Amino acid sequence: MEVLKITDLHVSVEGTPIINGISLTIKKGEIHAIMGRNGAGKSTLANVVMGHPAYEITSGEVSFLGKPLEDYEVHQRARAGMFLSFQYPPSIPGVQVGNFLKKSVASVRDQQLKAREFRKELNGAMEQLEMDKSFLSRYVNDGFSGGEKKRLETLQMLLLKPQLALLDETDSGLDIDALRVVSKGINQIAQDAGCLVITHYQRLLDLVKPDFVHAMIDGKIVESGGPELAIKLEENGYDWLEA
Amino acid sequence: MSEQAHEAVGDYRYGFHDPEQSTIRFDKGLSEQVVRDISELKNEPEWMTEIRVKAYHHFVERPMPEWGNCSMLDGINFENVTYFLRSSDQTEKDWDDVPEDIKNTFERLGIPEAEQKWLGGVTAQYESEAVYHSIREDLEQQGVLFFDMDTGLKEHPEIVKKYFCSVVPYSDNKFAALNTAVWSGGSFIYVPKNVHVEMPVQAYFRINAKNMGQFERTLIIADEGSSIHYVEGCTAPTYSTDSLHSAVVELIAMDNAKIRYSTVQNWSANVYNLVTKRGIAHSNSVIEWVDGNIGSKLTMKYPAVILKGEGAHAEVISVAYAGEGQHQDAGAKVHHLAPRTTSNILSKSISKNGGRSSYRGMLQVTPRAEGCRSKIVCDALMLDDQSRSDTYPTMEVGNSTADLEHEASVSKISGDQLFYLMSRGFSEEEAMGMIVNGFFEPFTRELPMEYAVELNKLLELEMEGSIG
Repeated sequence: MEVLKITDLHVSVEGTPIINGISLTIKKGEIHAIMGRNGAGKSTLANVVMGHPAYEITSGEVSFLGKPLEDYEVHQRARAGMFLSFQYPPSIPGVQVGNFLKKSVASVRDQQLKAREFRKELNGAMEQLEMDKSFLSRYVNDGFSGGEKKRLETLQMLLLKPQLALLDETDSGLDIDALRVVSKGINQIAQDAGCLVITHYQRLLDLVKPDFVHAMIDGKIVESGGPELAIKLEENGYDWLEA
Repeated sequence: MSEQAHEAVGDYRYGFHDPEQSTIRFDKGLSEQVVRDISELKNEPEWMTEIRVKAYHHFVERPMPEWGNCSMLDGINFENVTYFLRSSDQTEKDWDDVPEDIKNTFERLGIPEAEQKWLGGVTAQYESEAVYHSIREDLEQQGVLFFDMDTGLKEHPEIVKKYFCSVVPYSDNKFAALNTAVWSGGSFIYVPKNVHVEMPVQAYFRINAKNMGQFERTLIIADEGSSIHYVEGCTAPTYSTDSLHSAVVELIAMDNAKIRYSTVQNWSANVYNLVTKRGIAHSNSVIEWVDGNIGSKLTMKYPAVILKGEGAHAEVISVAYAGEGQHQDAGAKVHHLAPRTTSNILSKSISKNGGRSSYRGMLQVTPRAEGCRSKIVCDALMLDDQSRSDTYPTMEVGNSTADLEHEASVSKISGDQLFYLMSRGFSEEEAMGMIVNGFFEPFTRELPMEYAVELNKLLELEMEGSIG
């Protein structure tokens, strides 16, 4: 089943082209890694798939589970089963994590949650991510360390159980322990979802094994391959891909 | 009146109707005679009549304030205000006269129908007298005196005489003078030494219309070592056909006492809400104002604390929400008159659809106030480019040992926050509501639970239709 299908996508921000013709298909159960230098357009790709209003699709198409996404707002994409783990999740002062998670899960699942069942589910996921209960009464991402933010992103992904997970540099800022638990979470979700993993580093891909690796330069995928491409990129950089 | 509405109001109308009072109604406009008539009608002692008359003359002579939103203030027509209404008159208001949007808001806040009627000013006395009495009895057993102000004056004139106008003299400002001249309703509370009133005193004020007058006067005295939390108002819009609300609240916290006074008010958009609130804090006492201003056309309100005794503490936490055509001119005043007094001021405001919020603050430290500490934090959140926020802080510091902090911030809801929340399944309106509720959270968490829940719900409703 094709979860995500991107066809000859061109994207601009305020008139500046950022993505210049990308095509990519992700099927259920596949993990795709996108690697590239800063500014290559990797984050833009993740954001535009999720529907960020700052990006303008100038041509091409993105569809999710066979449906073109152009008329779907961001929250509708989330409710349909898409998830973006943010590279820099913003803080929402005054909004407690526990409350936020409950409301978010309820709106994505479109149902009232049974308090007890949800608590059980939440406790399980937090244990898995080695998160302390005190997280729940803190404000969303407010004063969080880089690692705490990424754990919270991963916790949300586990609870929302998306069919498409876009992971934007989820490994940045993580120490080795955090990387281990976060990777475990990604692998769990990846069994039933399509995953797009954006990263600079091989170390995440040692733990989250990609089926496909794509190298991105100047808004284009210039090379695709298997896991061996990631190793080559880590060793040799990107210069050899520039003709 | 619709059949259904009539039925609901009927019980109250006939059950509590007081035929002796039903014919008393004053014409619009104010004169010394009107003031004397009000006093006479209430059978007040002569000293009260005299204060009223003096206050009336001061009101007449005193010019309008030359600061604040003068052009809005000039819109008040004092001749077109009814200065005295028996509560029984209010039952004659028709439910059909209450605007649809206000009725809808009641509905969506889940306010019970009977209470909706009361809030709409349709019924004079809401709900059962029994609730009122049971709260009263409980307090009476602890020796707490708790009356509406008119009854307080009748039953305990010696206490009222001692403290009335002792914190807010009638000459304080034009609107305090007006209130002193024509006051009616409000609350009188005396808490004896070392008595702690555990429950917030609130239910009564949600259910008794006498307190929702235009010119209510409240006096709370917490004797040594006692404590009380008083809650007034309601988050639902309080519809008033009368456009001027001018209250005075006086608090006295004796040594080691604590008074918290929480207000959430949501006046309809035609109302001028001009209120003087002030407390005197004696040694090691605490006065806390928790003050929420939503609605009204123009609110001018600066809850004040005079820290008179050594070691006294003031806390003023306020929020203001200014929508289209509204100006919330709110803030706080703290006067450090004694050594080692401390104060915290937290002011949060939201402006939307061209609304304007101002923080106006006064912090005074006198030369003899050694070793004071004060922290002021003002945060403004703007929801669009048409809205406005401004800050007018004044500091008079006469003692170099004072430790003072002042932080101010103005922010907008960021596109990143909205995108993040929407990517978690929230619609844009829900996301805005969540950010706004989060912004007010330091205030909301200080409120009793049901008020907090209602306030959050109200802010979410306010966000509807604000997109696009």
